[in-house]
Amino acid sequence: METYTAMRHFADSWGLLAMTLFFLGVVLFIFRPGAKKAAAQASAIPLKED
Amino acid sequence: MKHTVEMVVLAVGAFLALVGAGFAQDRLFGAHMWILFFMLLGGTLVLMRRVDFRPAVAGHRALQTEYFDEVVKYGVIATVFWGVVGFLVGVVVALQLAFPDLNVEPWFNFGRMRPLHTSAVIFAFGGNALIATSFYVVQRTSRARLFGGDLGWFVFWGYQLFIVLAATGYLLGITQSREYAEPEWYVDLWLTIVWVAYLVAFMGTILKRKEPHIYVANWFYLGFIVTIAMLHVVNNLAVPVSFLGSKSYSAFAGVQDALTQWWYGHNAVGFFLTAGFLAMMYYFIPKQVNRPVYSYRLSIIHFWALIFMYIWAGPHHLHYTALPDWAQTLGMVFSVMLWMPSWGGMINGLMTLSGAWDKVRTDPIVRMMVMAVAFYGMATFEGPMMSIKAVNSLSHYTDWTIGHVHSGALGWNGLITFGAIYYLVPKLWNRERLYSLQMVNWHFWLATLGIVVYAATMWVAGIQQGLMWREYDDQGFLVYSFAESVAAMFPYYIMRAAGGALFLAGALVMAFNVTMTILGRVRDEGAALDAAPLPAPAE
Repeated sequence: METYTAMRHFADSWGLLAMTLFFLGVVLFIFRPGAKKAAAQASAIPLKED
Repeated sequence: MKHTVEMVVLAVGAFLALVGAGFAQDRLFGAHMWILFFMLLGGTLVLMRRVDFRPAVAGHRALQTEYFDEVVKYGVIATVFWGVVGFLVGVVVALQLAFPDLNVEPWFNFGRMRPLHTSAVIFAFGGNALIATSFYVVQRTSRARLFGGDLGWFVFWGYQLFIVLAATGYLLGITQSREYAEPEWYVDLWLTIVWVAYLVAFMGTILKRKEPHIYVANWFYLGFIVTIAMLHVVNNLAVPVSFLGSKSYSAFAGVQDALTQWWYGHNAVGFFLTAGFLAMMYYFIPKQVNRPVYSYRLSIIHFWALIFMYIWAGPHHLHYTALPDWAQTLGMVFSVMLWMPSWGGMINGLMTLSGAWDKVRTDPIVRMMVMAVAFYGMATFEGPMMSIKAVNSLSHYTDWTIGHVHSGALGWNGLITFGAIYYLVPKLWNRERLYSLQMVNWHFWLATLGIVVYAATMWVAGIQQGLMWREYDDQGFLVYSFAESVAAMFPYYIMRAAGGALFLAGALVMAFNVTMTILGRVRDEGAALDAAPLPAPAE
């Protein structure tokens, strides 16, 4: 198969799936239990010092 | 200070530039190498004059534990300087469009001045702002000194060298004619080296951080640095005709070349002008209003959604061209989807002020930042709308696009940078406050009025242009010739130049204010701004 066609097929099948799953994973990870507390601590980082 | 290695490297570089000038294959490359030679020679002489023969002081070691802010100071000054230069050239090119007699051939005609303007504002003004603020922010949010010792200096001076070579190249007539990537192959190679050094300094600081969590602003900065490295390298893949000549040919041809250019071009907007400046928003707005960001979790979704979507939006620059239809539609769909993370981020920035909205009235710096985020919201609404093919068929190639770009660039990038500069200058130079807060207020209104005049004029001009181009009579002939649509633009071009001049005036006020603050002067302003009279309560 031509390189272009092979890459094209990979991009709109497994590549697309992998990226979508990664993105959904990130979103789910943000709403895991305890994330709210961790986020509150992280958001205070710039205000800790000058 | 010995700088032995630096001096030798600069001197060897100057010699090589001289050799390059001597054996140049074309006149332009020779001229460019002469410019490079004199700059490197000048650099060597400056370092030589600064040699200190006294034995090294013991205190030098202790200094290494503090934040490396000297390079940030240089970066802030460079940002202000290049900003004024870039805006000035912008006003000149606006006037050149209105009055073609102002084209001074060959060096100062519109074709050469236009990339000078775009590169000066995007890469010189914006780039210096990004490098300076990223160095400032990454050190403080990691609680670590900048990685790599003098690497920060290399990044700063290497980047200025890139700017000067790019700018002089445009005026000489050296260009590879790729939008926002006009410098030729040897300047591109130099920028690649500088950019890798930038990545090493930034990444190294994150790796040696004492703060367990990587603050979201650093994610945005890192996304910007890594993506720009990838875009720059791929877009500039080219084969030089000679290693001592200024001409090169792109590795791509035809529609692949066009798509590569706009994959680069749009992501320069997405990652240089958006991700990097959002990092500024996520640090400087919380600092200036002294409140944490409204929703940290939303900021993380903002980051990942932006990264995953922006990269696909480029094809919307190639609607109704030879680009395959599916690619055009893909670009349009992703552009429209981008509206969501953009507005999520805008709301996050604005809501950071909840409970502190009074600061919009009392603090002109906060006012500037809020206006910046408002313009971010407006430009990221307008952009997806214009990427819809039906709308694009009217707006494409017209001045509407120019208006859209400037509401984003002047409104969002400009104002958030000014806000960051006003925050940084008193901090970096240990001043109690700025020389004048009233001048910040003046700057705010001059800039805002300038943008509104500019953008509104270009909307009217662009839509009129688009409608004139598609106006047919009942016989099926075009009603207007192209030249007629150009002549019809004259009043709008005058108004556009006036809007740009207002924006430039604001930048000059800032330059004066920043200079006086650095010199340690404080303008006596009483309590005019701190204790503004409260409005009378409604009866």
